[in-house]
Amino acid sequence: MKLTRRDFLKISGAATAGLALSGMGFDLRPVHAFSMELRTKDAKESPTICCYCAVGCGIICHTSTQTGQVVYTEGDADHPINGGSLCAKGAAAYQIAQNDRRITKVLYRAPNASEWEEKSWDWTLKEIAKRVKKSRDASFTAKNEKGLVVNRCDGIVSVGSAALDNEECWTYQAMLRALGLVYIEHQARI
Amino acid sequence: MTNHWIDIANSDCILIMGSNAAENHPISFRWVTKAQLAGTPVIHVDPRFTRTSAKADIYAPIRSGTDIAFLGGMIKYIIDNNKYFKEYIANYTNGAFIVGDKFSFKDGLFSGYDAEKRKYDQSTWAFKMEANGMPAVDKTLEDPRCVFQLLKTHYARYDLDTVSSITGTPKDDLLKVYETYAATGVPDKAGTIMYAMGWTQHTVGVQNIRCMAIIQLLLGNMGAAGGGVNALRGESNVQGSTDHGLLFHILPGYLPTPAASLQTLAEYNKKYTPTSNDPLSANWWQNRPKYVASLLKSMYGDAATPENEFCYSWLPKVEDGKTYSWLDLFDSMYQKQFSGFLCWGQNPACSGANADKNRDAMANLDWMVVVNLFENETASFWKGPGVDPKQIKTEVFFLPCAAYMEKEGSITNSGRWGQWRYKAQEPPGEALPDGDIIIELFNEIRALYKEDKEATFPDPVLNLKWDYISNGKFDAHSVAKAINGYFTKDVTIQDKQYKKGDLVPSFALLQDDGSTSSGNWLYCQSYTADGNNMARREKDDPTGLGLYSKWSWCWPVNRRIIYNRASVDLKGNPWNPKKPVIQWVVEDGKGKWTGDVPDGGWPPLQNADGTANDKSKLPFIMKPAGVASIFGNGAKDGPFPEHYEPLECPVEKNPLSAQLTNPVAAVYGTARDIIKTCDPRFPFVGTTYRVTEHWQTGVLTRWLPWLLEAEPQLFVEMSEQLARMKGINNGDMAIVESPRGKLEAVAIVTKRLQPFTVLGQEVHLVGLPWHYGWTWPPDGGDSANLLTPAVGDPNTRIPETKAFMVNVSKKEV
Repeated sequence: MKLTRRDFLKISGAATAGLALSGMGFDLRPVHAFSMELRTKDAKESPTICCYCAVGCGIICHTSTQTGQVVYTEGDADHPINGGSLCAKGAAAYQIAQNDRRITKVLYRAPNASEWEEKSWDWTLKEIAKRVKKSRDASFTAKNEKGLVVNRCDGIVSVGSAALDNEECWTYQAMLRALGLVYIEHQARI
Repeated sequence: MTNHWIDIANSDCILIMGSNAAENHPISFRWVTKAQLAGTPVIHVDPRFTRTSAKADIYAPIRSGTDIAFLGGMIKYIIDNNKYFKEYIANYTNGAFIVGDKFSFKDGLFSGYDAEKRKYDQSTWAFKMEANGMPAVDKTLEDPRCVFQLLKTHYARYDLDTVSSITGTPKDDLLKVYETYAATGVPDKAGTIMYAMGWTQHTVGVQNIRCMAIIQLLLGNMGAAGGGVNALRGESNVQGSTDHGLLFHILPGYLPTPAASLQTLAEYNKKYTPTSNDPLSANWWQNRPKYVASLLKSMYGDAATPENEFCYSWLPKVEDGKTYSWLDLFDSMYQKQFSGFLCWGQNPACSGANADKNRDAMANLDWMVVVNLFENETASFWKGPGVDPKQIKTEVFFLPCAAYMEKEGSITNSGRWGQWRYKAQEPPGEALPDGDIIIELFNEIRALYKEDKEATFPDPVLNLKWDYISNGKFDAHSVAKAINGYFTKDVTIQDKQYKKGDLVPSFALLQDDGSTSSGNWLYCQSYTADGNNMARREKDDPTGLGLYSKWSWCWPVNRRIIYNRASVDLKGNPWNPKKPVIQWVVEDGKGKWTGDVPDGGWPPLQNADGTANDKSKLPFIMKPAGVASIFGNGAKDGPFPEHYEPLECPVEKNPLSAQLTNPVAAVYGTARDIIKTCDPRFPFVGTTYRVTEHWQTGVLTRWLPWLLEAEPQLFVEMSEQLARMKGINNGDMAIVESPRGKLEAVAIVTKRLQPFTVLGQEVHLVGLPWHYGWTWPPDGGDSANLLTPAVGDPNTRIPETKAFMVNVSKKEV
């Protein structure tokens, strides 16, 4: 039997609507139920909030208990703002969770180098800390030209981040201010 | 947002201006549509006919950068046609205040202008004060020096012909918008405004929004369900990151960053703690010393004592009057003033105005740290177009971080709801949650300061409270509790005992003596003895207004609509009895507020018999005068919004005054800062925007195949008329050029853009999305911010990326 796309949509639509028999004369409901079962069977549901605009839509991530990986994402039907609906970006949450283009190792680019090198966290954080201390100590202004105490680090600046959680934002600003930074900016300014 | 997303459904008129909500905040339209189905008119004012326009009942085109002319015309319409809500203005705004004799406005300039310094002396805009220390008022609103009359005079120039000649909006469309929106000036109706970067990214950004705030006050729309001033914020946690002070001018909780002249906490508190002589003013900021002391206690723990002013001297001090904003930061980086740069979850090589200046600036650093999920134009700037890596000395560290479903914590949406997120999987490979990176990095820094006995000023580094780890990992709950705040000793407040280590139940209990800590007073109550309120998922809605007060938690103190005491009359009865946000109810002789959490529990201004209640407070509790500011003498560019052209504009004259552009706009002077007005080489207005399928610079979305397939590359939209003039066909490659940069983009020739008639001349506008960059996809185009100017609003210093001048031409193959 040759099916046109329109026929197929009619059939699959009928199956979703729960009619006993499909246009092809047999019951598609068990097939439909089975296919849905495969995706999220035994998966753990975790509510989250979309990472894009600030409407704050609820998303449910389904995590496989076997692999620990997110296998499916969908709008959170209980969420009072979005009631399960999502825009194109929110609906693509799955591709953030499962994406082979993610950077998975620390990368370092040496002065005047043409390529990245992979590095360990341990080496990297120690090296960054050395540079932070060197820049801070070299650029630290204890008193300004008028002789007023300012205790300020003038040589390091920071931008970011509306992409962090609140708890990370607060911790980040505490670190920056303890170091004496005053050039602290982020997305809200642009 | 003063209100919140669901509340849009309660509106009697929805104005969307400076926003393309249907495409950029798509789910907001769930609530716009709900209101529309109930009969609420939806108005869209925008340079482009977008999907928001397609859904609107009224669409009015506007030339980008002329919103104050448009809205000023609405103010005139409201006053001329007596559509304003007089009782509201007289009692809840400064409309009745008498302005001092020094204030004047002449030919586009307010009093106190210093042309050399490009600055106003704002003291000339002060109110006339009575002997009792309170502003002189005339509640009849008839005194010629009262704010309302000055407002009327100011906007008398904004007649339909003049406005239309500036904005390019046909007069019929102006009238239709004015009539429809002004109909909400009756007590039982409320209109709302939904705006976004279309208003903020201008050299008059703050005044765009103030202009609408004035309209909302004239019509009595603040505090009401379905009303308010609602910024549609573009990043999922840009509200929270602002609340937590990741900005040069504020510490967490909107506490100003201390300046050098404020050497002691006592001096700081004196300067920033307002006083009011009005017994009816709650003057909430009088509590500021409690919030500062509690913040310092949370940062420095036991080291912070009353004797050492809670380590106030450890906080870095900015130079008085100097700005350290985004534009200043990159300007100084360009001028080689910094050695190190932390770039956490942001892509300034594409997101900053005049992006090439930023790209050049990064080559002047010794080192930079980039934290992100995917490769991006900032991290890889050293191998960007036209850059020879061998010439770039900057060391770059790229730290891969977790995505949002790979960690636990809260984010705050536009409606101020703090919502908790859960971890659904581990980050891939060696990527780490940002919180862990921050903690581990600071541990390494601190170790170096411990080792080095000669280290520079180590005290704040060594003493910062940093115990946010459980089982070796960053513990978001631990930080969330610190943000909420603890009692630091056993105390008794109003006969109630609290133990050291108890979570503070509400910011009303924070103290200035060191007996409480709170990382951010606004979030006090978010995480209490009852648990993590941000994680709540109960869906009760007893008011039927969609407040959902037990779903998540919102600041302040779970008040879903702020300024809600302005939603009732002087006796506490709702202006709109059908949609009462709060209501004063008397039972057995005892009165109480029902509904939303009121802006303070004081009784209404009047008793039932109409006599004044001296225990009451005015509704705008954050303002020292207790009322909202129609006359805004805190803004740097004037107490009333005035139309000025964008710094790059297509006209040589401003018909409203001799002042063409904002006289105090932020401008910069490097070789990279080129501005051209009325230059025949750049004859068309350019603007930037977003599409549904991408987000910001595309730093995440360009890497998602589903989204990239839908919107694969940069385009430039133009009218059929302009395309014909330039010999460009739909689908051709076009070159778009500004004084600062050049881009190749696919031409989309469309009826959605139409030429404007401005001062009798035909003016064309083209638009580009700013989601693209050279790293990915191949041949997807580069950032539209290569074209935009690094000039800014004088108050916020947000760049003017929504109106600038360009040329377009067909790319010769």
